[in-house]
Amino acid sequence: MMAVLVVAVAVQRNLFSVVVLTGIYSFLMASVLVALDAVDVAMTEASVGAGISTVLLLGALYLVRADEAKPMHRPLLPLLVSVGVGAALVYGTLGLPAFSDPSAPIHTHVAPRYLNDALRETGVPNVVTAVLASYRGYDTLGETTVVFTAGVGVVALLRRRRRRGGGGE
Amino acid sequence: MGHYAYFVAIFLMVAGLYVTVARGNLVKKLIGLSIFQTSVYLLYIAPGKLIGATAPIVAPQYATYSNPLPHVLILTAIVVGVATLALGLALVVRIREAYGTVEEDQILAEDERRDADA
Repeated sequence: MMAVLVVAVAVQRNLFSVVVLTGIYSFLMASVLVALDAVDVAMTEASVGAGISTVLLLGALYLVRADEAKPMHRPLLPLLVSVGVGAALVYGTLGLPAFSDPSAPIHTHVAPRYLNDALRETGVPNVVTAVLASYRGYDTLGETTVVFTAGVGVVALLRRRRRRGGGGE
Repeated sequence: MGHYAYFVAIFLMVAGLYVTVARGNLVKKLIGLSIFQTSVYLLYIAPGKLIGATAPIVAPQYATYSNPLPHVLILTAIVVGVATLALGLALVVRIREAYGTVEEDQILAEDERRDADA
């Protein structure tokens, strides 16, 4: 179903419908993430991916034209490159452990330590929150720095036009 | 099941790559990039899942949990992703102001015309 949606995104040339399809895609991805036990990630994806991204894209479409021109160059070369990359990646995944294999390295090395000790060490029952805010607090600080820098960049890029009296986002 | 989840992620990744490379419209390119990005979320989260396990919130009635570390990494990635998307869209708006178009071909043609004039 997600594959069908992505193909529709690729084919559709009216950018407004592409943005709406992208929002649906994000909600679908969020449902898949719930099924994969990643509830925190799903909540973020639904609010940020389907919410803020869609609003940003709609704001940008308001400022630029909403229709895509017919692609001029032939799509053969990009198609070949994409299929080549896909084939290489499929070849690479064949060496990975099977889905939901409890003896895979990802489940035996670092994760059990956090699952066993996080509640005692931080007092937070949600292990994702404990790792994000406590063990990796400096990383999250860096992340907010990135977001702040991006916000400053957006303001710096769009400020000139506001002064001239154009519509802001 | 086997590697099915990886193959879905790879299909989404390749589709995003194709949209990014083949389409000339800059907004469409950014949408392709964000599809590429969501495929990476899937690629990270899928190996952490254990069938029969529950979300990594510690409670006495559950014994097995899915791996929480990919979730943490991808939470960071989502937030940074939307920040870069916002920055990219702001650049697109500025390009539209400077060139009057967001199509790659027309921007290149305009560049060549300006170079010839100078």
